[in-house]
Amino acid sequence: MTAPAVPASSPASTGELSRIPGLKTRRNAELGLLAFAMALVAMFAWTVEANQFGTVSGTFWVPPVLLSILFLGLHAVVRMTAPYADPVLIPAVALINGIGVAFLRRLDIARAIANKEPAPGVFAGTGGRQLAWTLGALILAAVLLLVVRDHKAVSRYAYTLGLVGIVLVMIPAVLPGSLSEVNGAKLWIKFGSFSIQPGEFAKLALVSFFAYYLVRKREVLSLASHRFLGLDFPRGRDLGPVVTVWLLSLLVLVFEKDLGTALMYFGLFVVTLYVATERSSWLIIGLLLFFGGVYVAYLLGEAVGGPFANFYDRAQVWLDPFATANYERVGGSYQLVQGLFGLGTGGLFGSGPGGGSPGFIPEVRTDFIFAGLGEEIGLFGLSALLVMYLLIVERGLRAALAVRDSFGKLVAGGLAFTLGLQVFVILGGITGLIPLTGQTTPFLSAGGSSLMANWLLVAMLLRISNAARGPAASGAGPDRPGPKKAPTQLHGAMTEVIKP
Amino acid sequence: MNAPLRRAGVVVLVLFGLIFANLNWVQAYKADDYRTASRNPRVTVAEYKRPRGVIEADNGVALAKNAETDDTLKYLRQYPKREIYAPVLGYKPVSLGATGIEETENDFLSGESDKLFADRLADMFTGEETGGGNVILSLKSKAQEVAWKQMTDNERGATKGAAVAIDPRTGAIQALVSMPSYDPNKLVTHDKAAAAKAYQELNADPSQPMLNRALAQTLPPGSTFKVVVSAAALQNGYDVDTEIPAGSVYQEGGATIRNAEDEVCPGSEISLKEALTESCNTGFAKLGVKLGADKVKGAAKAFGFEDDTLKVGDLESGDGLKVAASRTGDIANPDGSTDKAALAQSSIGQRDVRMTPLQGALIAATVANGGEQMRPYLVQKLLSPDRRTIYTASPKKRSDPVNGEVASKLKEMMVSVVENGTGKKARIDGYTVGGKTGTAQNAEGKDPHGWFIGFAFNDKGEPVSAVCVMLENVRGGHASAEAARIAGLIMKAAAGGGGN
Repeated sequence: MTAPAVPASSPASTGELSRIPGLKTRRNAELGLLAFAMALVAMFAWTVEANQFGTVSGTFWVPPVLLSILFLGLHAVVRMTAPYADPVLIPAVALINGIGVAFLRRLDIARAIANKEPAPGVFAGTGGRQLAWTLGALILAAVLLLVVRDHKAVSRYAYTLGLVGIVLVMIPAVLPGSLSEVNGAKLWIKFGSFSIQPGEFAKLALVSFFAYYLVRKREVLSLASHRFLGLDFPRGRDLGPVVTVWLLSLLVLVFEKDLGTALMYFGLFVVTLYVATERSSWLIIGLLLFFGGVYVAYLLGEAVGGPFANFYDRAQVWLDPFATANYERVGGSYQLVQGLFGLGTGGLFGSGPGGGSPGFIPEVRTDFIFAGLGEEIGLFGLSALLVMYLLIVERGLRAALAVRDSFGKLVAGGLAFTLGLQVFVILGGITGLIPLTGQTTPFLSAGGSSLMANWLLVAMLLRISNAARGPAASGAGPDRPGPKKAPTQLHGAMTEVIKP
Repeated sequence: MNAPLRRAGVVVLVLFGLIFANLNWVQAYKADDYRTASRNPRVTVAEYKRPRGVIEADNGVALAKNAETDDTLKYLRQYPKREIYAPVLGYKPVSLGATGIEETENDFLSGESDKLFADRLADMFTGEETGGGNVILSLKSKAQEVAWKQMTDNERGATKGAAVAIDPRTGAIQALVSMPSYDPNKLVTHDKAAAAKAYQELNADPSQPMLNRALAQTLPPGSTFKVVVSAAALQNGYDVDTEIPAGSVYQEGGATIRNAEDEVCPGSEISLKEALTESCNTGFAKLGVKLGADKVKGAAKAFGFEDDTLKVGDLESGDGLKVAASRTGDIANPDGSTDKAALAQSSIGQRDVRMTPLQGALIAATVANGGEQMRPYLVQKLLSPDRRTIYTASPKKRSDPVNGEVASKLKEMMVSVVENGTGKKARIDGYTVGGKTGTAQNAEGKDPHGWFIGFAFNDKGEPVSAVCVMLENVRGGHASAEAARIAGLIMKAAAGGGGN
């Protein structure tokens, strides 16, 4: 329960202070959905043990209950700090996150059985670590909700965030391969056995920067000077930032050897640009630039090799994964093909949680977790999962539609679209629709960076949806009352750049 | 900004729709292909989930059986007799292709055969994984093991060779040895890398241990071919007593035919029976030229030469180990007329005449069986997993190369060879043995191959065994004597072991 600190009728309040009669917070709906999601996770864990051990241990419920407690904690924070936030986001993400933890634990159990070891403890193995990462990610999300009471405040740090974003993107590229390369893609910073994927955090920072920049520049960029084929094209000198980001993403493609990451950054930028300017010509320019660049990289990879060779090889693998030359080559299509076999073996209904052999799929804990799950929950289960992702993305876009300020629209729209794009890039890669890249599957793959960054993204969407659905008078007024005032530096003066 | 945001939502919907469509392609349309693909390790695991059928010889001792393991593949195939039976059994490896009976009877051994449909159906109700069907070979273990021991311990130190024993009345193969052989256990280990290494080593071995010399290798048969020429003569008006021209030297075209030793048929004429008994080269060379190429080739063809379709295995399915075609060669000048020099040399089993040891045994078996050639086979019985007899071989006639009269004359001549002539070493107590030796010149400067083809009748006048023994590059002269000695021992074991 939330405890309003001031009368609910206070007009200039937001966050935990606002309880306007007639405006529904939907927090109880969120709680109910969350309970349902956790029940599904518990059923998954139960079935895993039934299939793996032949009997269900008395402790199968421990990880789901721990997860439930964590999500309930976040739910409580949302009740306090963002009571009007979208009620679907947390349950949907929690379901995916919970299935991820349960599936990783299922892989640990299978490995323990194969090695004739006792069943792994609750915090042991990849599943246990993922549970701990979930705790960390939820704490970060809660902190963001507590600290950032108004999303518009973020725009004050836009340039800092932009710089941080670019640095995060570039670090793996400039590091030697031994410190940054995993499976051919240089997306990591490795410290011994510990590694983080800075790009996951970079997308958050970059979205905020792009949104701020575009809100300021949208008039200039919307100015049409050439009309060609029924489309308004921008002036040449206004192309500068687009070309810069395009070059950056191509550099990412070449030096981080990862098409997916490049596609994500560039897609992110083009979409925010398009949303800001409402000029479809930007979309066309962007798509042409990107696919032109990719094609040139492919040709260069074929003719020159060097830094382009990796991309060329991946494209070859994509074009014919079953060719013996591709299948037997080190770093070839073996992973992809085994993933497809896992998916195909699962068929329509899957073998049931714990009933398949996902251990045969390489990288099943990270890149290929969707294929491993697909063997056990089948086409129907994966479709449901896909719908969950779609729900999160569309809910994010809905928050963007409903929120009143341009900055909020661009941030929510950009983040939601990026999430959707990332899901498309990795699932498309695994199912052979597009060349495979080293993206993580949001909320599902083992790994703290991805989980934390994506929960931060969700927290941001929660914050913006709160503003969208909450009382109209929400604002970052300097006169914001309340004893639990967040650090004032985030809520100081009106930022001059925001145009509601 | 809302219109582009809505469009972005549609784009995400389309992207997810593509993923969904592709998932349908992978998990529904292509599912069966992927589920059963040979590269899918689940196929192997499922295959090893139930014990493969056992392969036995006549005495019920398992030649191929299973041991339970604790790795992902539940059963390990074992061949307790190692190299002795390898040329017949072949092997069933994890990732390479199966060979031998393991390959040709794979459906039955693995339990997938239609013959075992009822057993599989029962499994569905009981939930058990009963094993595959069992294969009982026609091999007489005593004969096989005597053959292997005598071949590998031969008194001349020959390292390569083959021996085949057949029951002339049925075509059942009693023994089949190829030397050198290999240990199939090394190829079926679940350690795929070790199996691949063992395979490469065997493949690279210049002595070709995996070559089935009894079935797949053809060599010049030398004087054993005189039985075929004798058959041609007897079918064309000659009798056992007919005097044929002989002499110590015979010049025909560019070919000079001499006898093995000066005391062999130096006179101008010799009876057909004597010529065979002493293995008179000049006599048979002249006889062949007199008869003409067509008659010699015709007789050879009647005995089974030139047939490249023969498979030795299961009479019912017709599947089995492939037998190389024995050949007489062209015996013709470029203009199509008979090359008499070639005919003279071919008539004593030289020049381009090539024969498999199995073909040699079939010639002897045909003579012993009154001119009827039975189709050779290896699979005597198929038993269900609970050892119910599902199939028993019913012998099939393959051809009638000679009539009964010619056969009995050939028998008389061949018995004379063993009793009075070059084949004395093949004699065995209590049996009437007939045969023909052969010492085949091959490459310049190499020791000749020693051959013996023959048969044994018991005291009731029943032909109990027909045999062919071939030793490659035998040192020390009289190459065929050692082959004759081994042949006698094999026939003795084959005759005694089966309770005839």
